Amino acid sequence: MVSNTEVVKKEHRERRERRLIDYFTFNTDHKVIGIQYLVTSFLFYFIGGAFAEAMRTELATPNPDFLSPELYNQMFTLHGTIMIFLWIVPAGAAFANYLIPLMIGAEDMAFPRLNAVAFWLLPPGGLLLIASLLVGAPQAGWTSYPPLSLMTGKWGQEMWILSILLLGTSSILGAINFATTILKMRIKDMDLHSMPLFCWSMLATSALILLSTPVLASALILLSFDLIAGTSFFNPAGGGDPVVYQHLFWFYSHPAVYIMILPFFGVISEVIPVHSRKPIFGYRAIAYSSLAISFLGLIVWAHHMFTSGTPGWLRMFFMATTMLVAVPTGIKVFSWCATMWGGKISLNTPMLFAIGFVSSFLIGGLTGVMLASVPFDIHVHDTYFVVGHFHYVLFGGSALALFAGFYHWFPKMTGKNYNETLGRLHFILTFLGFNITFMPMHQLGLMGMNRRIALYDPSFQPLNLISTAGAYLLAISTIPFIINVVWSLLKGTKAERNPWNALTLEWQTASPPVMENFEEEPILWSGPYDYGIDTSPEATAQSVEEMLADVASK
Amino acid sequence: MTTTTIESQVALEAKGRHHHHPDHRLFGLILFLVAEGMIFFGLFSAYLIYFATIPQWPFGIELDLFLPSINTLILISSSFVMHQGQRAIKKDDVRGLQFWFSLTAIMGIIFLLGQGYEYTHAGFGLTDNLFASCFYVLTGFHGLHVTAGLLFIFATLWRSFIPGHYSKERHFGVEASELYWHFVDVVWIVLFTLVYLLPLTR
Ligand code: HEM
Ligand SMILES: [Cu+2]
Repeated sequence: MVSNTEVVKKEHRERRERRLIDYFTFNTDHKVIGIQYLVTSFLFYFIGGAFAEAMRTELATPNPDFLSPELYNQMFTLHGTIMIFLWIVPAGAAFANYLIPLMIGAEDMAFPRLNAVAFWLLPPGGLLLIASLLVGAPQAGWTSYPPLSLMTGKWGQEMWILSILLLGTSSILGAINFATTILKMRIKDMDLHSMPLFCWSMLATSALILLSTPVLASALILLSFDLIAGTSFFNPAGGGDPVVYQHLFWFYSHPAVYIMILPFFGVISEVIPVHSRKPIFGYRAIAYSSLAISFLGLIVWAHHMFTSGTPGWLRMFFMATTMLVAVPTGIKVFSWCATMWGGKISLNTPMLFAIGFVSSFLIGGLTGVMLASVPFDIHVHDTYFVVGHFHYVLFGGSALALFAGFYHWFPKMTGKNYNETLGRLHFILTFLGFNITFMPMHQLGLMGMNRRIALYDPSFQPLNLISTAGAYLLAISTIPFIINVVWSLLKGTKAERNPWNALTLEWQTASPPVMENFEEEPILWSGPYDYGIDTSPEATAQSVEEMLADVASK
Repeated sequence: MTTTTIESQVALEAKGRHHHHPDHRLFGLILFLVAEGMIFFGLFSAYLIYFATIPQWPFGIELDLFLPSINTLILISSSFVMHQGQRAIKKDDVRGLQFWFSLTAIMGIIFLLGQGYEYTHAGFGLTDNLFASCFYVLTGFHGLHVTAGLLFIFATLWRSFIPGHYSKERHFGVEASELYWHFVDVVWIVLFTLVYLLPLTR
């Protein structure tokens, strides 16, 4: 047994200042890992975004003149894969890593070393994917359906598979950490029902990751055998069945859309009450609806296969379950609106992005219900209507909420205030660019334009031009964002401990938080969202408490 | 609310700043095994779809049942053998732990050798037909897990030679490797039923 004093001494040695180099090494501090995830994911966002701009440039004209059709195929495959596996999913993990221990008053994650391993699987996975360009990148889309994926370049496809296996493993290891930390490491007085809603949403996300991501691995293992060893699990030429791949793939990939959106539901549930100065409406409704979404998310996958020869009765089942998902999702949207209703809303950047999120996500959700209905889906399957739909969910939903969270916790993470004017400019350009890019796609789809094509009928050109213009506006929108981040990091004013007067525990410590998160044991003195409710009539002389009492009266 | 404040104050004083949280590694391992189980779930589902939709399954292949049945018995009993090791360490008996774990490892190795023998004498190859592919991939993937389990056991044995490493109170490595081994065992039972027994119904 190591003696007590030795332990204390060791901790003193470790209690040093954060150095820049820490962010480039195998570090086990969850805050470092959170930032590592965030920065890495944003780097990939810019790469994936550049591919998208190339695609939109190609689509400005009906003929494939800017990119060859093969290159176009590679672009959308890499774009989709990067945006999902290297941007949104790791960005969710970034917030989870940074925030969960702080929100529940812990010093770190349950398994810090595993956490670092999970992060360090990400860069190799991403580089492997990008490196596939050297041997001819995969062309079968982010879904990689066989037999197509078995016919378009063996090694590019195999690199794609290996990359996804790495990224999936990373995500599973992360989920183990999140779930264990949330369930087992809350400070003493915090029961499940007094944790911030972000933790609830990460609990639901982790459950989904643990149950569904491995099934993707099984699909990819079998696909690899078909590709490299010449088996025919999915190859009809050798007696295999491509539909089996589709089932396995979508058993993961439908839940994957919730893996991509649930963390950001959590972010929004934090941002909206703080900037509306009102208690969240329907805490339990929001918390349980996350769990309901996870559960339903596991039994809707075949709605992607309505045109794959799925029998009628089965289509009925999946149509019904899919439409049911709208119920818990609607509950959330309703609760967010009700939280804002009558609140003292400050229209700062995080709140603007949050409002942008609610409105765009609503549209994406409604087109989702349209697609769930079999007779409609049969007509628009694989058209731009689908592309429009999922960008409203992924970009309008996840990405806008990601930015909301980014600005909301920027002072906490960096210790610097960002520039509000630039932030608002970023929002306006993004929101306009986003709608101009993706709204016309719905109409294009209804007119019959197929997705995943570089060459299209000239009658589709006008709407495509609008969409391309929007995409350029989106590219421009990142300029104020980047300037804002760089400028604030270098020259920004010092952020206070609690600039938003928020109640969750991460605001009880310094900005940025000290090495092991809290100088003094954090105190759970109110619920996470008790804004405008005077919870502490007798203010004591405690410094943190004084500050908090101040918050409550605002 | 004030009561909770006081409670946490009291707790604060009682614990001091640096409380070290209890060991959650077993919980983490269980979550990991859930994920591992889902990989097998995916593979088994694929197998079951083929079984249900392809009438000529298993394409005329008749697996020899004798050796695999013995192998199954060995693997299942090895789980019980291994449990003796944990019981030993709960009585602070490191020697016992080492004995029972070594025995388990030997049984695991026999299982793998048996499987290797089966592969070389199967009379069909990986790409011959869909059943053959399923057979090799499923048993092979399981064999990989047996290998991982063996490495786990060896690591535990290795550490058990460090004096005082495992004791009555502290023996996470023992519990973890045992849990993993049981998992590999249970998967095998399902696999054996699906791959060896189910085709007999045709
Ligand atoms: C930066 C602005 C973006 C633009 C201009 C853009 C543009 C496009 C376009 C034009 C396609 C259709 C390709 C085709 O079917 O021919 C596409 C596909 C896709 N996008 Fe985006 N996108 C953007 C952002 C995002 C984001 C943020 C995500 C996800 C988080 C995303 C995920 C996807 C996915 C999954 C596909 C499907 C790829 C495939 O068909 O395999 N995109 N994008
Ligand atoms: Cu879906």
